[in-house]
Amino acid sequence: MEQLKTIGRELAMGSQGGWGQSKEFLDLVKSIGESRSKAEEDRIILREIETLKRRINEPDIPRRKMKEYIIRLVYVEMLGHDASFGHIHAVKMTHDDSLLLKRTGYLAVTLFLNEDHDLIILIVNTIQKDLKSTNYLVVCAALTVVCKLINEETIPAVLPQVVELLAHPKEAVRKKAVMALHRFYQKSPSSVMHIISNFRKKICDNDPGVMGATLCPLFDLITEDASSFKDLVNSFVNILKQVAERRLPKTYDYHQMPAPFIQIRLLKILGLLGGGDKHASEGMYTILGDIFRKSETSSNIGNAVLYECICCVSSIYPNPRLLETSAEITSRFLKSESHNLKYMGIDALGRLLKINPDIAEQHQLAVIDCLEDPDDTLKRKTFGLLYKMTKSTNVEVIVDRMIDYMISINDNHYKTEIASQCVELAEQFAPSNHWFIHIMNKVFEHAGDLVNERVAHNFMRLIAEGFGEEDEGADSQLRSFAVGSYLQIIGEPKLPSLFVQVICWVLGEYGTEDGKQSASYITGKLCDVAEAHPNDDNVKAFAITAIMKLYAFESAAGRKMDMLSECESLIDELSASHSTDLQQRSYELQALLSLDSHTVENLMPFDASCEDIEVDKDLNFLNNYVQLSIENGDRPYIPESERSGMFNIDSFKNQDRQESSAHALRFEAYELPKPVPVKVPSSAAPITDLVPVSESIYSKETATASVIPFTSDLLSNDAGVKLRLEGVQKRWGKPTYSSSSGSPVSTSNTQKTSNGISGIDVADHVISIPRDLSYDSTSKQSAQISEEKQKLAASLFGASSSKSGRRTASSHKNAKGINAHTEKSSVGTKSVPRESTQQSIPPPDLLDFSEETPVSETVSSSAPVGDPFGQLDGLLGPTIVTSTSNLTTDTVKPPDLMALYTDAPILDTTSDFTDPSVTNPNLTDLLASNINSHGEKTETMVKKGPNRQASLEKFSTARQVGVTPSGKNPNLFSDLLS
Amino acid sequence: MIHFVLLISRQGVVRLTKWYSPYTQKERSKVIRELSSIILTRGPRLCNFVDWRGLKVVYKRYASLYFCMCIDNDDNELEILQVIHHFVEILDRYFGSVCELDLIFNFHKAYYILDEVLIAGELQESSKKTVARLIAAQDSLVETAKEESNSLSSIIAQVTK
Repeated sequence: MEQLKTIGRELAMGSQGGWGQSKEFLDLVKSIGESRSKAEEDRIILREIETLKRRINEPDIPRRKMKEYIIRLVYVEMLGHDASFGHIHAVKMTHDDSLLLKRTGYLAVTLFLNEDHDLIILIVNTIQKDLKSTNYLVVCAALTVVCKLINEETIPAVLPQVVELLAHPKEAVRKKAVMALHRFYQKSPSSVMHIISNFRKKICDNDPGVMGATLCPLFDLITEDASSFKDLVNSFVNILKQVAERRLPKTYDYHQMPAPFIQIRLLKILGLLGGGDKHASEGMYTILGDIFRKSETSSNIGNAVLYECICCVSSIYPNPRLLETSAEITSRFLKSESHNLKYMGIDALGRLLKINPDIAEQHQLAVIDCLEDPDDTLKRKTFGLLYKMTKSTNVEVIVDRMIDYMISINDNHYKTEIASQCVELAEQFAPSNHWFIHIMNKVFEHAGDLVNERVAHNFMRLIAEGFGEEDEGADSQLRSFAVGSYLQIIGEPKLPSLFVQVICWVLGEYGTEDGKQSASYITGKLCDVAEAHPNDDNVKAFAITAIMKLYAFESAAGRKMDMLSECESLIDELSASHSTDLQQRSYELQALLSLDSHTVENLMPFDASCEDIEVDKDLNFLNNYVQLSIENGDRPYIPESERSGMFNIDSFKNQDRQESSAHALRFEAYELPKPVPVKVPSSAAPITDLVPVSESIYSKETATASVIPFTSDLLSNDAGVKLRLEGVQKRWGKPTYSSSSGSPVSTSNTQKTSNGISGIDVADHVISIPRDLSYDSTSKQSAQISEEKQKLAASLFGASSSKSGRRTASSHKNAKGINAHTEKSSVGTKSVPRESTQQSIPPPDLLDFSEETPVSETVSSSAPVGDPFGQLDGLLGPTIVTSTSNLTTDTVKPPDLMALYTDAPILDTTSDFTDPSVTNPNLTDLLASNINSHGEKTETMVKKGPNRQASLEKFSTARQVGVTPSGKNPNLFSDLLS
Repeated sequence: MIHFVLLISRQGVVRLTKWYSPYTQKERSKVIRELSSIILTRGPRLCNFVDWRGLKVVYKRYASLYFCMCIDNDDNELEILQVIHHFVEILDRYFGSVCELDLIFNFHKAYYILDEVLIAGELQESSKKTVARLIAAQDSLVETAKEESNSLSSIIAQVTK
């Protein structure tokens, strides 16, 4: 009986509170809403978790109560806390017969579980049952879960049923079934390959929703393989035509556009199908032209369709007329005040550039405006565009800008991206070697920890190999320049490790080549570096190897060189290091010092890092040794391929990959273990023991093919014995990139030969750019700015005259306005962006839903600076607070509220409400001319027609629950759409 | 494809999250933290797109609530902006001038609606009417269930008198 009572109370509770939840839950939500800090919120949630943990495990919980617990769990997890203790209850709820509870259970599991969760196996059975249900809502609910939770393993369990549902009488079910199959395709393309014909059939479905949904899987399939769907081009064009001609039901209209979302999907598909296919493309031209004409530019969705049209036009076989229209629309986007449209314009421009590179010129100023915009997103997009349009004529300006920006940002993800773009551009288009080294230095200096190691190794090899020019003199000039710049930089604190490694390598290899610096000076610097990075073994290893090379070169040249004291202490320290690699290196150095100069020269020939080492792959020199061992009774070596039952790392990995790709349950038993032969110490092994090919350094050097023939094997073995470094390293070392001949390098080589300017001049100039920073920006006139922009534009968009001016003019530093070059270089600095922002604050973005937001419009236009929403809040906040306080005195009176509500946006009237005498006329007025005031209101405030009554009820329910908008968040009540 | 949907209040409180790509609970909190710090600090007249970890996040503010959707790089940002608006319009129809409070207390209903609008990271229905019809059908089922339970409760009340 007691239990029945609680059930009764529970049920009664359900109808209370207006929102169908218990007081407890409402209180929870309320207290979260009122919590002042994240810490407080966390405390409340942790308490809630404790409560739930206790309650949820009580026996015989009524089902409705359980449903609420589950919803509370969802809430807890939504706020970022772990509610895994309740997942099983959510799973149980999915088994319930009542749809209401089942739906809650399903909702909860889709939110709680990921597709690889263990509990999924418990749901599959229920899903199977529900897919067969006669109630289409149950089927829908099950399909929603299928989309989220069915993984590769469980696809076969539901696939036949889902395919059957494609013929379900209810369109909602068919639609969801299509989407589920799409999901299956994404997860495991092979599982649904046999039913692709169903997708083709479904685009002819009577229901536009189903047809629209079918476009999703078809888009994926066509992305994969366009050729097998060419026959559908006509169907797609026809559908698009029908959509554009408004043949679809009115309900698919969106902001007066006929089914724009379906149009966009179709355009995407047509873009794929028409790519490089003249015949297919020709069928599309007419409809594309129609859409260009029909889409209106005033609404956001119209622009979305237009943008998609441009994408399509730029990817199919080009048609001059359509391209012209696209260019027009792009320029309209770029000229728009809306940042969103500018962004889309930049993107569209990038697409059109691929077809017609000249198009950029018309828009140069707009592009530069975007580049200097305070909006980071827009700026990045513009950099992406610049990256696409870089040529050898504008590479300097663009890369300089990119680097300036790279230095200014903190976002590591983007920093890495832009750094690698800089490197790529520099490698491809560098006008001179010095400029290239300068740029690389900057990249390493500011993003050294982020760039790929490969970049560093490519760079080292580039310095070692020279730039492909025949002239050895130019190469050595380059190296001496590099050494000079590094000796300057090396003293700076906090250089990225990778950069220091590059520096050490270059200094070691070429430090004394030009004879400008003494070996002992450089050695001293190297010791400092090693000391400055006490925890970085890589740097230390690079430093000590560099020192070793310097000593070797000196002694080979016949100059005796005394060991510096700091160097000695470094050697001592490293020979006692924890790292065996460092120990090895320092012992090698010590051994080297005791050798005579001839041997040393053989061991470490100068500038031989690029020479190939002949590799004796069969290890013939070991034959005697092997023979001897066999004679002594050792077992012969069994080649890897003949060994069985033993996993070496490679095959293990392979298998792992296979397993993960198949990712299916294995039902057959495991094979019986084969007898494992005792591992025979391979003949190479003892050698590697002697020569620990350290993964960190040696592998890198070998990997970049710049194998330095000094390597330690020569020391530990007889001179002249050559070791199979490559194979060894691959088997035991870290897996490294062995594809050493990177294509970028070779291209850069060819690029660079075309450049014939005397290098130093340019290099001076490049360095001088940052110095021009001191330019006085405030004295500039706005008229000048546009001139500057034009200059910048000219340099970006390829005016060759400015380029020639640039080289010679580096000496005129402060001659503003006279010299084109100084103007330009100052544009390159930050002075201009600041000015341009001051000068033209972009007007508020009215394009967005201007039809819904007249209020914010007026507010923002009256006060162009500042947050329009903030002001709205200010307007709405106090009124609502007063309204609620008013309500506390009387009981709930809808008309009163109504009056308040109508007048809410007007600040002055708030005081009126404290005086009932003023309110009353208002009230009667309102009641009398209800429609009138409403009409007025809808004109000023909202255009849509939700009923006031509903929102009034909401206010009163909120009051009943006891929720009042606190000062912290005053606009809980404000309509989202207004 | 949409990777996730996020509703955050201006104070950074999460109002609704839906993940279409796998993220662990830990990653989720991190994503929410990162994005709310990026998005909530953006100025009012900047564009509604943000680059984020190689993906793009399209967001739009409605009153005090930010609707964010994370999409692939090659998706149409303007379209997603309209998808957000589409969702808000549907919410608005359902709740009748929807406000943040509706979503706070009825987040599960908002989830049901979202499930009808988006599925598996794609827009599944672009007709507001169809969505409204489906939701209504589901609700009517709930209503009947409620009536049953109400009658049940009155029976219990009589019994326990």
